[in-house]
Amino acid sequence: MTDKFVSIEGIAKRYPGAGGATTTVFENLWLSMARGEFCCVIGHSGCGKTTVLNILAGLDAPSEGAVIVDGQAIAGTSLDRAVIFQSHALLPWRTVLGNVAYAVSSKWRSWDRAKVKAHAQTFIDLVGLTGSEHKRPSELSGGMKQRVGIARALSITPKMMLMDEPFSALDALTRGTLQDEVRRICLETGQTAFMITHDVDEAIYLADKIFLMTNGPGAVLAEVVENPLPRDRGRTDLHRHPLYYALRNHIIDFLVTRSKTFVAETPDHDPRNVPMVHIGKPGLTIASNGEEPRQTWTPGTSPGLTA
Amino acid sequence: MTSSLRLRAGLVSIVLLAAFLGVWHLATRSTAPVATMSPEYAKLMGLTATQGKSAMPGPLDVGAKLWEHVKRPFYDNGPNDKGLGIQLGYSIARVGTGYLLAVLVAIPLGFLIGMSPLLSKALDPFIQVLKPISPLAWMPLALYTIKDSSVSAIFVIFICSIWPMLLNTVFGVASVRKEWINVARTLEVGTVRRAFTVILPAAAPTILTGMRISIGIAWLVIVAAEMLVGGTGIGYFVWNEWNNLSITNVIIAILLIGVVGMLLDQILARFTRMVTFPE
Repeated sequence: MTDKFVSIEGIAKRYPGAGGATTTVFENLWLSMARGEFCCVIGHSGCGKTTVLNILAGLDAPSEGAVIVDGQAIAGTSLDRAVIFQSHALLPWRTVLGNVAYAVSSKWRSWDRAKVKAHAQTFIDLVGLTGSEHKRPSELSGGMKQRVGIARALSITPKMMLMDEPFSALDALTRGTLQDEVRRICLETGQTAFMITHDVDEAIYLADKIFLMTNGPGAVLAEVVENPLPRDRGRTDLHRHPLYYALRNHIIDFLVTRSKTFVAETPDHDPRNVPMVHIGKPGLTIASNGEEPRQTWTPGTSPGLTA
Repeated sequence: MTSSLRLRAGLVSIVLLAAFLGVWHLATRSTAPVATMSPEYAKLMGLTATQGKSAMPGPLDVGAKLWEHVKRPFYDNGPNDKGLGIQLGYSIARVGTGYLLAVLVAIPLGFLIGMSPLLSKALDPFIQVLKPISPLAWMPLALYTIKDSSVSAIFVIFICSIWPMLLNTVFGVASVRKEWINVARTLEVGTVRRAFTVILPAAAPTILTGMRISIGIAWLVIVAAEMLVGGTGIGYFVWNEWNNLSITNVIIAILLIGVVGMLLDQILARFTRMVTFPE
């Protein structure tokens, strides 16, 4: 790992619990991302995914440890790290253009109105909302609102995008379209992206790396799964890829059973060296202690049947 | 459908008004027996005893008197005989001054308290104690310290209209949606700009609601305050006409107090609609 664009180093989050006790959501969490990488985090509710994202965004501070982005420890929020909120978080008293322009004028304070407007318009066009600039968020559908959220995040040309289940409130069709657009935009602009999701297929379609987290409290990052699908994958033939089901089954097995039992079954789990799982390359698979290797197929066969 | 509903509602309102006026008219007809008495004695007695006229004015008497006032709203025949327009003007000016002063204090202070949990907790006991005090209870203290009855009335308006505005501003500012604050934080928006571009628009409907409650209370209180301080104003007019035993004028004043109060409320309601945003 030479190019660590983002490095989360041993962070913990604790809350004071009842009767002076402290609840540890997670501790000693290490995680790194390369520049331009699209990473998804999957885990059950309560494992601290959103807390990790908020710490990355600077909205929350870790109880221990540090986060280094682009060679610098982060302190607070930054215009380099844009957040796309689950609930889109548009300002309802501003129009579409007003919401995006607010972000633009926050980044470039010396710009005049015309320049801000032109810049905002570019990003509204990019997410396909041309013609709706003067509508208020209440007049938009859920999908359109989230498009505005994406345009607002992109308009400040961040170094990385943080997304907290951005599509979970949308219907399946809209979700598909927006996933396509986010993927296209991230590839085009070389964004580093960190996304929380509950949707396994979304993670497989979008991510280069998938982080699997065990259940909280006391959640750990169990595995980093490298996505074996090619970078120029398409939505329509995704499921025909020979490794698709192997990957999907691996993640679902983790969510269904191993996310509960992982901590107990893997006492020598080293949070600093989280096993990297390469689906379909048995030679490179790091099998965790006491667990039989999960990847026994070879590319080209029908991996879904062996699981 | 809605227009027909409005039409029907308007019709019912008119029928109710007519019924009320009719009952009032019937109830105040001159029916009492007329006693025979010497003209000397009759001069000392009211019209009730001499002509059997009801002591309560009927709607026609009130209407005729109201028309007189409407024709000459701004006459000034000395301290005890001024047009209703002048009297209402004094009251509105007092309410306006006290209210605006309260706005100038309550909204910035409410912002500070709402944004600072420390101040909020520290000032809470003071607000809780001061809020339920009847504004008129301040009157002796105000008269003693300010030594001017008119300014004291303004002070009473100020003190009574400050609390709903202050509390609503605090509440509105403190309950701005976390995600909107987070948007501003991720965009590195400074505290002052955040206050004006996120917190103020988000809290504006709540603040305006507080202002609307305040103007209602201020208008309620001015009548009582002017009864106490005397001299001018619609409250003084009511008390003066009571001393004159002119029930007709008292009824007219009551009607006008209601109308002006409604107008003040409607103005604030319009402002509230202007800043309300659909979600």
